[in-house]
Amino acid sequence: MMFGGHKQKHLKAIHHSLTLVVYPLHVLANTPMFVSNWMVETFSTNSRLQEENDRLKEDNLKLQAQQQKLVSLENENIRLRDLLESSLKVKDRVLIAELIAVDLDPYKHQVLINKGGNSGAFEGQPVLDANAVMGQVTNVTPYTSTVLMITDARHSLPVQILRTGQRAIAVGTGNINRLQIPHLPNNADIKTGDLLVTSGLGGRFPPGYPVATVTDISRVEGKAFIDITATPNARLDHTREVLLVWTVNTPKPPQPDTPEPKQDSEQPELSELPEQEVVQ
Amino acid sequence: MTSGRKQGLFIILATFLISLLVTLMPLPDWARPFRPQWYTLVLIYWAMAHPERIGVGSAWLLGLVVDVMTESLPGQHALTLSLVAYIVVKLHAQIRVFPLWQQSVTVMALLFLEPLIATWAMGITHQPPPPAPYWFTPVIGMLLWPWIFIILRDVRRRFQTN
Repeated sequence: MMFGGHKQKHLKAIHHSLTLVVYPLHVLANTPMFVSNWMVETFSTNSRLQEENDRLKEDNLKLQAQQQKLVSLENENIRLRDLLESSLKVKDRVLIAELIAVDLDPYKHQVLINKGGNSGAFEGQPVLDANAVMGQVTNVTPYTSTVLMITDARHSLPVQILRTGQRAIAVGTGNINRLQIPHLPNNADIKTGDLLVTSGLGGRFPPGYPVATVTDISRVEGKAFIDITATPNARLDHTREVLLVWTVNTPKPPQPDTPEPKQDSEQPELSELPEQEVVQ
Repeated sequence: MTSGRKQGLFIILATFLISLLVTLMPLPDWARPFRPQWYTLVLIYWAMAHPERIGVGSAWLLGLVVDVMTESLPGQHALTLSLVAYIVVKLHAQIRVFPLWQQSVTVMALLFLEPLIATWAMGITHQPPPPAPYWFTPVIGMLLWPWIFIILRDVRRRFQTN
């Protein structure tokens, strides 16, 4: 069963019915956190709320200012794309989901969120937090879904160095604040502080979302590849809210039955202008 | 005595349910690797006290639920818990008459099966080996055993679960 279930998916049905049995357990385990949050919200003082309100207003103003710039950039981008006769999907639809406060297997980087198939989540769906890419949905039940985070050792995603456009793969290490970028040749142009964004190759993640920042590079003479580590920009172990993303009119997500997205780069959409599509 | 039997089963299920809940309960990050294997401890107790009711079959079912609940490799806990239950059912007559400290040591040996099989499962799914605290949980389980034993024994006597 272990071997079979790992590779093939014919046990899906059993797994699904069992998740429904387990759902009340998850909800029940979440209750203390839910209640304490509710208490904090209900009994917090007026001044604190006022303070928070002010801060949020300020944030909102800043974001709106950025948004203004974004609209014009977006239009410009579409115009340029038209000139190049390549199509573009800039618009993504998002849905906010909340984490369910339960501890899953402590040695896998997975979280449970409170939106599932009934809200339209699907396997392989990209998940973001406020800053960057967080992971992807690996298991969907009607009311919950499991998110595999980008730092899990089984996860890797296609990225691009924002500065140079160099494509690479960001592989999870099993360490919550480290990603590895293997197979970059020793003379590749990469510096610490470089921002990695999703490249959109493989068709699972929409292009242009920030993923991680390069923190450490060691070039060893005589080795073919550089050892590169990067820190995810998403606050993987702190966030309580995540965003589920639907890319508007994406081609159907490729083979939802491959759980490990070791992307073989089939290229549904060649995007050669990464710098201009960063949504932030 | 059918109503008594039913009530007994209900109580046993309730203890398992509680053990699953405390397994899911969020802990601060530093404490997470030290989470005791609650469901295994409870399983060991019931397999020892009522080997005719709680055996390999129920352990397998419990393991499946744990697998789905914690999103681990399907079958991993099912296998471990069945193994543990098998050994306990085989040896229940001996373990029962051990003094408490000796029982605890036996329990620790049984608890070691779980991380052992889990590391193996991690190996075949190409995950990095777990950090050192991982091997420490059975020791915590051993320290907890006397309390678990006493509490569950009282539960068993109070509710006459046989």
